[in-house]
Amino acid sequence: MNVKLRIWRQRNAQEQGKFVDYAVNDANPNMSFLEMIDVLNESLVNKGEEPVAFDHDCREGICGMCSMYINGRAHGPQKLSTTCQLYMRNFSDGETITIEPFRAKGFPVIRDLVVDRSAFDRIIAAGGFISASTGQAQDANAIPISKTNADLAMDAAACIGCGACVAACKNASAMLFVSAKVSHLALLPQGDPERRKRALAMVAQMDAEGFGSCTNTYACEAECPKGISVANIARLNREYLNAAIVSEEMPK
Amino acid sequence: MNWFSTFLTSSIGRKVVMAVTGLFLISFLIVHCTINAMIFFNDGGESFNKAAHFMGTNVIIRTMEIVLFLGIILHIVQGFMLSAKNRAARPTGYAVTNPGANSKWYSRSMTLLGTLILLFLVMHISHFWTHSRLGGIGGISPLDETMIGDKEVLNLYALMISTFQSPVVLIVYILGVISLCWHLVHGFQSAFQTLGVNHKKYTPAIKGIGIVFSILICALFAAMPLSIYMGWIA
Ligand code: FES
Repeated sequence: MNVKLRIWRQRNAQEQGKFVDYAVNDANPNMSFLEMIDVLNESLVNKGEEPVAFDHDCREGICGMCSMYINGRAHGPQKLSTTCQLYMRNFSDGETITIEPFRAKGFPVIRDLVVDRSAFDRIIAAGGFISASTGQAQDANAIPISKTNADLAMDAAACIGCGACVAACKNASAMLFVSAKVSHLALLPQGDPERRKRALAMVAQMDAEGFGSCTNTYACEAECPKGISVANIARLNREYLNAAIVSEEMPK
Repeated sequence: MNWFSTFLTSSIGRKVVMAVTGLFLISFLIVHCTINAMIFFNDGGESFNKAAHFMGTNVIIRTMEIVLFLGIILHIVQGFMLSAKNRAARPTGYAVTNPGANSKWYSRSMTLLGTLILLFLVMHISHFWTHSRLGGIGGISPLDETMIGDKEVLNLYALMISTFQSPVVLIVYILGVISLCWHLVHGFQSAFQTLGVNHKKYTPAIKGIGIVFSILICALFAAMPLSIYMGWIA
């Protein structure tokens, strides 16, 4: 199959970028989207041109690196999938595909399609962890956890931090990401001692990074490759309200 | 900053303000709609004028009227501030977007719908509230009075009948009410979500009630100018 590509090219964070048109002929419908770009890049290198910079790592839908905004959708048209799990058979022969970087104040473009998602790391560093004492490893299953909570925590923990929620949200809000991280720990006894501090610190960091606020359009849930539910956002709202209003922790 | 203002100015705190004021305004809509629906008794406005008289003279209601105005202002100002902040969170937009693939148009258009409601509200307040509450001040014509039993009350009903003789007013009111309906369809369930109420058992009911409520209340509101204009109510 043949496809036409309109790809955002930008040399670095400072310079202005622009769309450049390319054509990829003889793409195999069973190639992944990233493999198709590999083919394009190879031809660019052979012609002595700069290849298109894009993020990728695992190529099996678990690392969350492959951020691309394809034809107006985060990670392209396929539900519950990252770009690396998207195949060319999802497109039609001769189609023009527009590829842009994720756009958000919190995700500045570094080069071409690569954005800096370290804002997410800083949000995690602010509270997305549990403090564990070192020493003898505890007996497995020493702490009873209800099956319901274990399942909900597991679902939230499926978040790979890819940033599709931010990319898809009209407010570039990171609420789905933060809510998944807060929920995953708040639902488990190990996360309980720090849950108040955690909710306050992570929300404060999220705001400081310049992400927008949630207006409940639920575009994030629809675009999340891991199907994280917006019920987690409601849980984050509860956690935050509890921490800020009810608990003795001070919001900062 | 102290803890309370830190909370209120956080992204979640701002949303909580929107949700709480929004739910409060919804409770006002219920009262407003119930009282106005008394025109459908078709008794020459007697029950409506009586109810309006009570609302206009009762101390508690008049105090709540101040709270109501504060609530409206807070909802509007906070709404515009949030909207500006949210736009700033994406300084460079996308060249191609496909928002219909992942969300409903009205959920993305709350600021626009709210602005339309605000424009309608300015007209609506100048039609009725100023005359009934500020009549006689600064050239605003006061309402005529009418007798109910041996009590003299303001004839708000007569003003309603005369206002809705104009087709332009009728159309603007109906458009205002349609904007309100879409605003409520999203806003009702959104307020609960923001306050942390998302529950396997209750959320489907909240969503259903929200839609039924929005359509019902807006249909009732729209029926008022319409039935007066059509002469179904004398
Ligand atoms: S490259 Fe790892 S999720 Fe796509």
